[in-house]
Amino acid sequence: MAETVEIRWHGRGGQGTVTAAKVLADACLSGGRYVQAFPEYGPERAGAPLRAYNRVSSKELRMHCPVLNPDIVAVADATLLDSINTAEGAKDNTIFIVNTSKDPKEVREKLKAVQSQKVFSLDATKIAIECFGRALPNSPMLGAVCKITGLIPLEHLLEDVKKSFGKKFSQKIIDGNLAATKRGYEEVKEG
Amino acid sequence: MAKVVAVTGNEACANALRQVNPDVCGIYPITPQTDMMQRYASFIANGKVTTESILVESEHSSMSACIGAAAAGGRVITATSSQGLALMWEMLHIASGDRLPIIMPVVNRALSAPLNIHGDHSDAMGARDTGWIQIWSENAQESYDNTIQAFRIGEHMDIRLPVMVCLDGFIISHSIERMEYLEDGEVRDFVGEFKNFLPLLDLEKPKSYGPLILTDLYHEYKRAQHEVMTKVKDVVLDVAKDFEKLSGRKYGLFESYRLEDADIALVILNSAAGTSKDVIDEFRQRGVKAGLLKPRLFRPFPYEEAAEALKNTKAVCVMDRADSFGGYGPLFMEITSALYHLKERPVLINKIYGLGGRDYMPSHAELVLNELNEIAKGGKVKIIKEYLGVRE
Repeated sequence: MAETVEIRWHGRGGQGTVTAAKVLADACLSGGRYVQAFPEYGPERAGAPLRAYNRVSSKELRMHCPVLNPDIVAVADATLLDSINTAEGAKDNTIFIVNTSKDPKEVREKLKAVQSQKVFSLDATKIAIECFGRALPNSPMLGAVCKITGLIPLEHLLEDVKKSFGKKFSQKIIDGNLAATKRGYEEVKEG
Repeated sequence: MAKVVAVTGNEACANALRQVNPDVCGIYPITPQTDMMQRYASFIANGKVTTESILVESEHSSMSACIGAAAAGGRVITATSSQGLALMWEMLHIASGDRLPIIMPVVNRALSAPLNIHGDHSDAMGARDTGWIQIWSENAQESYDNTIQAFRIGEHMDIRLPVMVCLDGFIISHSIERMEYLEDGEVRDFVGEFKNFLPLLDLEKPKSYGPLILTDLYHEYKRAQHEVMTKVKDVVLDVAKDFEKLSGRKYGLFESYRLEDADIALVILNSAAGTSKDVIDEFRQRGVKAGLLKPRLFRPFPYEEAAEALKNTKAVCVMDRADSFGGYGPLFMEITSALYHLKERPVLINKIYGLGGRDYMPSHAELVLNELNEIAKGGKVKIIKEYLGVRE
């Protein structure tokens, strides 16, 4: 991985996208790395498109502005592919990870991704419903981001998911999210 | 042992306050207040601190309650932001005039109208002349470190003044980044026991605060406030020295970044300074001698030291995230005052940027540095004060 990895998350209000960025930042702290996690703040409404960002670096992060040219674009809601330009500012080697029930090849076409850009997909919403009964794709998305970026080992991420969800939720929900994170890690595939 | 965490600026400041465990905290819990005080209220509720909270019906009352508690002889804190600080304005003068060392993190956000609570320095700049010490912070770490140091500065027996610790709204206050906490015991020892000075709750020696002073002595009283401000710089530096021994992190009156041999420089506060430093490194790699001065102590302002740091530059842009409509930006006015007394001084321009949370991007810093580079090579200044990144 490069010295600094910049991630842009696309989601809709209420899907847990901001939480995902926060959990990822916390999990990436290991090894003396520097991290940032921040959403784009606007009027916060359930269902409205939102962006969140991560930076992970081996050197001190001084930049305090949105990520313009992301290394990773994580799309937690495939309907956003029709309404906003999720490829904005993408580089030649940007990696896309999209939550969709569609084949990753179809997603690649929709994104108009060039050959050097990798596109991955997973059905994070289905995984979430099967694991804990709610259409909250953030934990399987985290599993997928963990697998594709290789920023942290899965066990490490699971510990952080447990820590983060453990503050607010019942054991059943925590276990469901852990299972969903694991499945996201395992089921993400390239298109 | 320091503990490395990924937290928001608000969480960092709330924890600094928790580690100090002051006697009284005035809290007005509604927007534009941030979750800093919400977090502190949960520390109180969970028994992590023994602070007595006073929930009030407005920020004006919050500062009034703090003044009462501080005059009574307590170590007192609160926090505020935006309109909240504006509503406190009357009471801010009373806190400083009564020489009460209240510590208050200020999450810098815009003022209405139109309604906006995003990152902007208008709130604290509006409180510039209230007699409070102001310390500004680039990131979560500095916000935390400055909050801890603020107690030692404000409560110093030669000073006894209230202190605002400023951090950028949302950009720092609500964003998560890596930082290091000191141990609770280390902070407690560093800050030390609160020392009372002429408390009201002393039946042996009754006294009064804020009495009527007429034309015979008011002038002298204000002169005394000016005098005490002249002593603040030395105390800030002494406290910073002790803090460096504890934490390894170095603080001064301002930060000089690659300024020693710089031809062109930015003067810029808080989080945007960080973004600018990355761009300055790029310019340096291309052989352009660029540097940056980031004020930390804004009140009192270190005029002589800032002039010394900037005197060898050719062109300087002072960047303001607040405006004095019909005037120059507030930071620009300080830097021009600082440089006026030099025989030879750099050309100065003023850019207003990032109002109401408008993102300050690396491209903005590039634009300004390119313009400075032209000026340094003998180009003319077209406009002294200009808004940066305006949508036309």
